[in-house]
Amino acid sequence: MKKRLLALSMAMIMTAGAMAGCTSDTGAGTTTTTTTDDGGSGTSTTTEAEPTKAPELDTTVEAEDISAEEEGKVLNIYCWNEEFKSRLTDHYPGYTEVDANHGKIGDIDVVWNITPSEGNAYQNNLDETLLKQDSAAADDKIDLFLVEADYALKYVDTDYTLPVTDLGVSLSELGTQYKYTQDVMTSSDGKLKGVSWQGCPGVLIYNREAATAVLGSDDPADVQAAVKDWDTYKATAADMKKAGYFMTATVNDTYRTFSNNVSVPWVSADKKIQIDDNIKRWVDDSKEMYDAGEIKSTEALWGEAWSSGFYPDGKVFCYFGPAWLINFCMAADTDGSIANQGGWGATEGPQGFFWGGTWICAANGTDNKATVADIMRKLTVDKDIMIDIVKADDDFVNNQPAMEEMATSDYTSAVFGGQNPLGMFAAGAKNIALDKISAYDQGCNEEFQNAMKDYFDGNADYDTALNKFYDAITTKYPALSK
Amino acid sequence: MNKKKSVVSYNKWGYIFLIPFAVVFVIFQLIPLLNTIKNSFFEHYRDGLTIIGPNWVGLKNYGKLFSDGNVLVYFKNTMIMWIMGFIPQIILSLLFAAWFSDPSLRLKFQRFFKTVIYLPNLIMASAFAMLFFTLFSTVGPVNDILMKIGIFKEAYDFMAHTGSVRFLVALMNCLMWFGNTTILLLAGMMGIDTSLYEAAEVDGATATQIFWKITLPILKPILLYVMVTSLIGGLQMFDVPQILTNGKGSPNNTATTLIMCLNNHLYSKNYGMGGALSVILFFITGVLSIIVFKFNGTEDKYGKA
Amino acid sequence: MSDKNTIKVEMIEGKVKGGVKSRRVVAYVVLSIACFFCLIWFYILIINATRSKGELTKGFTPIPSTHLIENLHNALTGTQPILRGMINSIIVSVCTAGLCVYFSCMTAYAIHAYEFKLKKAIFTVILAIMMIPTQVTALGFLQLIDKMHLMDNFIPLIVPSIAAPIVFFYMKQYMESTLPLELLEAARIDGAGEIRIFNTIVLPLMVPAMAVQAIFSFVSSWNNYFTPALVLSTDTKKTLPILIAQLRSADFLKFDMGVVYATIAFSIFPVVVVYLALSKFIVGGLAAGSVKG
Repeated sequence: MKKRLLALSMAMIMTAGAMAGCTSDTGAGTTTTTTTDDGGSGTSTTTEAEPTKAPELDTTVEAEDISAEEEGKVLNIYCWNEEFKSRLTDHYPGYTEVDANHGKIGDIDVVWNITPSEGNAYQNNLDETLLKQDSAAADDKIDLFLVEADYALKYVDTDYTLPVTDLGVSLSELGTQYKYTQDVMTSSDGKLKGVSWQGCPGVLIYNREAATAVLGSDDPADVQAAVKDWDTYKATAADMKKAGYFMTATVNDTYRTFSNNVSVPWVSADKKIQIDDNIKRWVDDSKEMYDAGEIKSTEALWGEAWSSGFYPDGKVFCYFGPAWLINFCMAADTDGSIANQGGWGATEGPQGFFWGGTWICAANGTDNKATVADIMRKLTVDKDIMIDIVKADDDFVNNQPAMEEMATSDYTSAVFGGQNPLGMFAAGAKNIALDKISAYDQGCNEEFQNAMKDYFDGNADYDTALNKFYDAITTKYPALSK
Repeated sequence: MNKKKSVVSYNKWGYIFLIPFAVVFVIFQLIPLLNTIKNSFFEHYRDGLTIIGPNWVGLKNYGKLFSDGNVLVYFKNTMIMWIMGFIPQIILSLLFAAWFSDPSLRLKFQRFFKTVIYLPNLIMASAFAMLFFTLFSTVGPVNDILMKIGIFKEAYDFMAHTGSVRFLVALMNCLMWFGNTTILLLAGMMGIDTSLYEAAEVDGATATQIFWKITLPILKPILLYVMVTSLIGGLQMFDVPQILTNGKGSPNNTATTLIMCLNNHLYSKNYGMGGALSVILFFITGVLSIIVFKFNGTEDKYGKA
Repeated sequence: MSDKNTIKVEMIEGKVKGGVKSRRVVAYVVLSIACFFCLIWFYILIINATRSKGELTKGFTPIPSTHLIENLHNALTGTQPILRGMINSIIVSVCTAGLCVYFSCMTAYAIHAYEFKLKKAIFTVILAIMMIPTQVTALGFLQLIDKMHLMDNFIPLIVPSIAAPIVFFYMKQYMESTLPLELLEAARIDGAGEIRIFNTIVLPLMVPAMAVQAIFSFVSSWNNYFTPALVLSTDTKKTLPILIAQLRSADFLKFDMGVVYATIAFSIFPVVVVYLALSKFIVGGLAAGSVKG
């Protein structure tokens, strides 16, 4: 999901949409192929996640025996960038690359269909192909596709995805995975529809210099005491302000932490939009802190204001993010950045959250069940392969024993001034619960942050901004209502 | 008799030369357009992977569009931003075209100037917007400079104020298109007989007189073209505000254009609402174009749009 | 302006010399400012293309860095087939511009030069078509080409440019001021066929207008993301804007804004070359001489 975030954020801030202009991630929607009536023949059931009772993974389902089924000759993979391809190329035994779009696993031809996520193009393309899945020739059917958490339910809660047990993968095999990665992929009737090789738990990343100056210590435990819950966090923000530091670079830094810890999903079973108390709390806290000058900007993530805090002159106390954020986005390779000087520290922060991740789904109608199942097993369960992934690609992998082993190893992070943050990440990953999600989260999160910017900037009062959100969301998803 | 017959046989070539246009148009535009109009009377969208409709709903989509009043707001936004960009654009273009064509000025480096002014159009709109963000961010160089010379006390958030967002949209549009307009006008001027200027000057006409009395009237067909296409382009304004405001038309939808609204409806493949909005847009464009044609008092030989 | 012209102008100039001088100064100043605002974007783009992804997070500086070669190398050897994309873009854009200009000229000629019953109606219809926003028909368009099995093919990107009402309208307006019907009569009396008249007499007269519109359609086709993104799905068929979008949605581990800027800069070069080549026709003064005569 890193990719989507990226695309999103890029669009959000600095770039945007597309070339000829039709896309920016939020506005998304490029036009796409039309569906005619006949397009609707596909089976489609959309059941909503229960608002109160989270769907529990039904562990009684037995894996099916698929050994008798014959494998098709072509494996069609739909995704939005090169990441999964390079994981498969580098780590899946038996995969050989033929050219940029083709590969081989044994006798099977692997065909990559890569559509950028920008402007929603990936989902548009995927949707059209899935809707025609029934009538497509066996070799043209999608076999495997990737999704991200924010819209996973859109696919998981339909018959277009297969439960992993239908592929012959038993749930007991997947026991080493972090629970939240399975929450995301659990349909409302309790079936696990996808798996991930990544875990992306986030932590609070703090500026050691600011911590020493204001809190008197840059030790993770001491800093944690100053950010242990949101009230303490706000009090610390006021201290930071007095010392000339901003608590965060933008109001959106903390959003994920609030939205990952909600008690009701964005959309109820009868398709009504609900604003969770924790989301409302994000609005109130952010408004208060921004008005008090404790937050630097209302700009979106990835913008100039956001990244200004990567340098000491930016005077930003903390960021919220997973391991990849620090390693690859905070300019560790650039002279003068805080990361370059090893000036960041990591601590749990007020609440657990995650950011990123890609899940593998099997498409209903695939004739390569055994191959898909084997890819799932190798990339998301096999400990040796997953440790290789950590070492080669710096992913935080979805394998508890592997990560715990790494956490106690002599692995240290230079940007963290020698701290080994993996234990903290591993602990964080265990504690994330993601059962309060809906199929519409992607649009809701984007539009809500968009709408609230007007409120933070003082261009609208809360109710006006909220109404704008309702307008935007019902335009985006006509099935929803206020 | 013989002559008349030959005229008729020539004129059948009018139809023959129209065939390629007609065939391509019918296939790639007319059929999709009729579909769009048909769609506007149906409820038809996606809910995730579920297709809702199409169900006949008559004029309900149109009713919905007008009842929330947003269409009028978006129309107003579109027109304001278009006019803010078009007025400086046409003034600059006319001024430059007049200078380039004014023999008494004898401007040097004309070729360089003429070449350079079109260059911004060569950059993709999205890349252009990326650069604008870099420059106008609260921590960007524009704020830096303005604070250093003391115009602002603290960084001004260009993206958080209606006026500045509209100004930036207009500025980008103007920059991207004034060179284009100038080139169009210049190409039009290639057709002007230089002896007209010479004669006027011998008669002692001033540069201003030459511009108003000779250049402008001859340029009229091209000017009309510029106005109509710019108006149509303006009503279809999309990339620049979409990209600059991240698709949200912030602040408070004051930079949301009609096509941005259409684009939002297309997110869920809402053919019904999208179709209705398209039809409305089609009518607005038609009416405004007719006004421009009338306003220009063109005695178009063939008919009025 | 011709020499003859300049001499005459100089003769007159004596009377109004002071005024001309100050006007000339104003013209130079304003034009220089305009040029500055036109060129600054290329400068910033090139500067950004020379910076590494880390340096780009520092905010803008006007001083170039040292990573240009590295960024270009990464762009060209990365997973995206940038060179192939450039060839695709060239194929699509050249064909689009060529077809668009030639057939729009033909259509305009049909309306301009002939008298026939439905002429008025057809002209009105074409003007009305001009007002259809392109986004409006996109939905139906895709549905159609899917039925025609033309997905992932260049044809739906190229062929529709034959019916370009806006280009047609320009050509017609231009013909009105530069193409006298008497010229056609004369050619007919000489016994030329209609197709030959169009190809050998009308087209050469239209060169400035055609060059202008060829540039416009080439550029807009080159920068078009909207339709190609929906139509093309095979990597080796994709055009540059799609590949750039893919670069921008690359995963974080590989994501490098410096490479994105380098690719954008790289992708602008051919357009600039085509523009400079064609702009000769526009700014160099290759006017439609025979009309003036």
